[in-house]
Amino acid sequence: MPQPMNDEIKLSGVHKWYGQYHALDDINLDVAKKERIVICGPSGSGKSTLIRCINRLEAHQQGQIVVGGIELTDNEKNIEEVRREVGMVFQHFNLFPHLTIVENCVLAPVWVRKMGKAKATEIAMHFLERVRIADQANKYPGQLSGGQQQRVAIARALCMNPKIMLFDEPTSALDPEMVKEVLDTMVSLAEEGMTMICVTHEMGFARQVADRVIFMDQGRVVEEAAPAEFFDNPQHERSRLFLSQILH
Amino acid sequence: MLGRLILTYPATARRIGALFVLFLVAAGLYSLGISSAWIGKIFPSAVDWLKENKQFGRAISAIALALIVAFNWKLLQLLPRRQQIVAVWLELFALLMLFFYSFDLSLPFIAKKIGFMISQGVVTTLYISAISIAIATVIALAGAIAKLSKNGVIYGLATFYTSLFRGLPLLMQIYIIYLGLPQVGYVIGAVPAGILALSLCYGAYMTEIFRAGIESIHRGQTEGATALGLSPNQTMFLVILPQAMRVIVPPTGNQFIAMLKDSSLVSVVGVWEIMYLARTQGQTEFRHIEMLITASMIYWVLSIGLEFLQSRIEAHFGRFNAR
Ligand SMILES: Nc1ncnc2c1ncn2[C@@H]1O[C@H](COP(=O)(O)OP(=O)(O)OP(=O)(O)O)[C@@H](O)[C@H]1O
Ligand SMILES: [Mg+2]
Repeated sequence: MPQPMNDEIKLSGVHKWYGQYHALDDINLDVAKKERIVICGPSGSGKSTLIRCINRLEAHQQGQIVVGGIELTDNEKNIEEVRREVGMVFQHFNLFPHLTIVENCVLAPVWVRKMGKAKATEIAMHFLERVRIADQANKYPGQLSGGQQQRVAIARALCMNPKIMLFDEPTSALDPEMVKEVLDTMVSLAEEGMTMICVTHEMGFARQVADRVIFMDQGRVVEEAAPAEFFDNPQHERSRLFLSQILH
Repeated sequence: MLGRLILTYPATARRIGALFVLFLVAAGLYSLGISSAWIGKIFPSAVDWLKENKQFGRAISAIALALIVAFNWKLLQLLPRRQQIVAVWLELFALLMLFFYSFDLSLPFIAKKIGFMISQGVVTTLYISAISIAIATVIALAGAIAKLSKNGVIYGLATFYTSLFRGLPLLMQIYIIYLGLPQVGYVIGAVPAGILALSLCYGAYMTEIFRAGIESIHRGQTEGATALGLSPNQTMFLVILPQAMRVIVPPTGNQFIAMLKDSSLVSVVGVWEIMYLARTQGQTEFRHIEMLITASMIYWVLSIGLEFLQSRIEAHFGRFNAR
């Protein structure tokens, strides 16, 4: 079990409402350094909301979220600091279509980390190389396939040298034949010891790399277990129903 | 029944259709009261005959014109697209010149005045417009951001501003600023008053254009930038606006062209721009039409300049869309 002092991310008693709607209901979650978490659950269960609270794309209203020792409050400085350490990959890539691939990767290091352009480009090319897309560096996102775009999005996040990576259904907007190339990139990232939280329904990926699977329903964490345990012997009725649906 | 006929004999149907259109054009020209004088000018021997057969002459004139148009159409179809465009422009321009020529203009008078029209009028119009365009753009950007603000005070300010300055006629705004500001103790020159009115009025219109442009960019772009740690300002100027420009530039070009011509309203407070000179320079020799047409052509040339600029800017901001 991870030591508490080792915690990279700590959520305690977190609640979030959208108007009247209770989207997160008493979430408690500790993630250790280098731990890999997979979150799954039915649509609307609050998975996206949860990980978007971790880099404050959404603000929680009750409870405490501490990331890398910094608590997320209204304090802008804290939020800036946390966002610099947390990379995020979205379902729809969210690449900037008016910038080339390499410009996409250079933008944040130059403007947020105040890095020199030459140095930032060098780092960008290194990560583009890693996701095997360096030869497309001067194209625009619209000229790439979905899988390629998602790999660029991963490289773009890595260029900020984050300690934590969040993935929100990174493969669910992709054609089946492109899912593997993105998952392979994520697996290699996990093997290098990146702290990761992935919202995904890719069970193969979860079994291969996750230390823990978290199952959410109606804004609550319903079940939390090692992947083998969760998939082979789910404890809760809701988990069983959900698994039977996604495994046909 | 008719449809079947057309399907069985497409070539014949097309020919009949063309003849029918030809007939319609000729009938239209005739009923508009076309004269046959031009035939008399080309064939002087026909003048007497035309005088005796007025109706018949007009009918012939209408049919002849329709045929000329049709022939011209057929000829143009033979050209490649680019040359078609050039040819149409040249033909219509020639017709327009012919129209002006029929006013019996005094070219020497125009030649005498045009130097002053340009050195004084065009220069004044251009710098009033250019300064107003620059200020209006800044106002529009600020207004758009204010309109998207969650802060009620800022939103209220922005909506009141756009409502007022879009709602009052520009002419009134010029008068109110020029004559009204001195009432509260601030004496303002005619040119600054004109620039202020134009900037405020067009800033209000363009606020809406900028707002729509910014809103057209998907929320994911803001989220992507925010997650990377970019500040709200960096997100706006590095990510949102460059993309919004594709939506913003075409209607803004429209606004610039409209403003160029609306700057003529500033002449009411005595600024010596193109319109003012057009109205005053012709007075001494009763040559109003010369000056008005000259001024119109100058406005047109300036507008074409802006159109050209717009297409260049559009190409610049649209380049990432190329596949
Ligand atoms: N901005 C918002 N305003 C109001 N309600 C929202 C907002 N965002 C999400 N919700 C609601 O909160 C609930 C949780 O949404 P969330 O996006 O976290 O679900 P999810 O588990 O990621 O689902 P999916 O698998 O479909 O992505 C949903 O019922 C959704 O309708
Ligand atoms: Mg989601």
